[in-house]
Amino acid sequence: MITAQQLRPCGPHAILVQLDDLAAVLALAATLRERPTPDLADVVDVVPGGETVLVTIAGTDLAGLRSALLRLNPVLPATNETAPEIEIPVHYDGPDLAVVAALAGLTVAEIVTAHTTIPWRAGFGGFAPGFAYLVDGDERLRLPRRSSPRTRVPAGSVALGGGYCAVYPRSSPGGWHLIGHTDLAVWDTDRDPAALIVSGATVRFRDVNAP
Amino acid sequence: MTQRALEVLAVGPLALIQDLGRPGFAHLGVSASGAADRSAFRLGARLLAQNLTHAAIEVLFGGLQVRAGVDVTIALTGAPAPATIDGRAVGHAAPLVLRADQTLRLGTPSAGLRTYVSVRGGIDVPATLGSRSTDTLSALGPKPLRPGDRLPVGPAPPDFPNVDLAPVRSPTSAGVVVTAHWGPRADWLADSDDLARGRWTVSSRSDRIGVRLDGVVLARDARRRGDLPSEGVVRGAIQLPPSGQPVIFLADHPVTGGYPVVAVVDDDGIDRLAQAVPGQRVALRLAAYPGKI
Repeated sequence: MITAQQLRPCGPHAILVQLDDLAAVLALAATLRERPTPDLADVVDVVPGGETVLVTIAGTDLAGLRSALLRLNPVLPATNETAPEIEIPVHYDGPDLAVVAALAGLTVAEIVTAHTTIPWRAGFGGFAPGFAYLVDGDERLRLPRRSSPRTRVPAGSVALGGGYCAVYPRSSPGGWHLIGHTDLAVWDTDRDPAALIVSGATVRFRDVNAP
Repeated sequence: MTQRALEVLAVGPLALIQDLGRPGFAHLGVSASGAADRSAFRLGARLLAQNLTHAAIEVLFGGLQVRAGVDVTIALTGAPAPATIDGRAVGHAAPLVLRADQTLRLGTPSAGLRTYVSVRGGIDVPATLGSRSTDTLSALGPKPLRPGDRLPVGPAPPDFPNVDLAPVRSPTSAGVVVTAHWGPRADWLADSDDLARGRWTVSSRSDRIGVRLDGVVLARDARRRGDLPSEGVVRGAIQLPPSGQPVIFLADHPVTGGYPVVAVVDDDGIDRLAQAVPGQRVALRLAAYPGKI
């Protein structure tokens, strides 16, 4: 249940809900995504963050939104129910593989095994279209960012940083460790769905060179 | 050329296709984007008796020149740029006929920043995720206009314009005072009175992503160190980076951010900030919401 203390004002069209952890974020975001009650019909965007969910409406009936949120019972769907599962084929040829192995105290082969064995879950996005911060996964792969970012990270790069994993949807500056790349387009405006990885989805990586 | 199109002959600092954007995709990391001054865009559509799905050209600081392929009806709203059709001066906030082979030229606005050139039928380029707006942060949507571009114009809508002139006020050249409501992280300010007392000017580093304010540095509460976990941000959000110089987000704002949002400007204020030029003074009026959040 959400309490009034968790609701923070965010302008004439939004309320920011403060939560305890990412599990609570995913539960609320998944619940709201369904627009489960008529009093949520005016909701335009549900934006999960690290510990928050921003809910925006088209109109200005914030009192109505507040009541609707306080009446909700957010439930996280079990991962084998409605959350989509996405497999991403990866060429493990990233320039930072050796650095990552050293940081984690593993061999490069063990890094690849760790990355592909335990599935990840998409937490939240927002950095760029199609970008999702992936959580869970093997805890030995939760690494800090690079001390200096790159000005250009190629599209499709698979990276670790800030405790997360992610696939860069297009070329951009980036401060995470690059362990490989995928030829799969995680963002494609001509495709439905445009974004391959959405909040709540399970993501498994596969080594294209594995026997 | 007898195409139902506008040919771009010249562009000033920037000209973009805009409509009311693509709300509803924030969970994919896509900002709504759309016209920076939404009320000016809406007025253009109303003057031409068409609905809000018809895209217009958002002209930054004048300079646009376009030639019509066939007779079209247009309207200019937002910043009043001195405008001519084949050298003859034409008015602002009024339906205008631009006949085939005539050229519309916009000068530099004497007040305000963004002029909207709306055309009956709308600029009919392909839509991306349901909108023809150019998002300058993510590069979604049509590219910025360049000389030589041919912009298709859609079919005329069923209703006819029946207003000769909308007597709207020009954007001001004096100080801009906007109303803001306390935001989710108002408690990150060392002194909440600083926001209403602050006096700033619009930085030349402002753009469609946000208006950056130069001037009073807003101190953070000493107990608030580091950044927040990334959280969703809204258009109009007043964000406080470590430098203490506030940023007020406009149409192409990022979807999430890790700096605290101390207040949020209301819709009318956002439209007026979208017309504020570098060097113009800005002050905030803080209002509390009726009722409780």
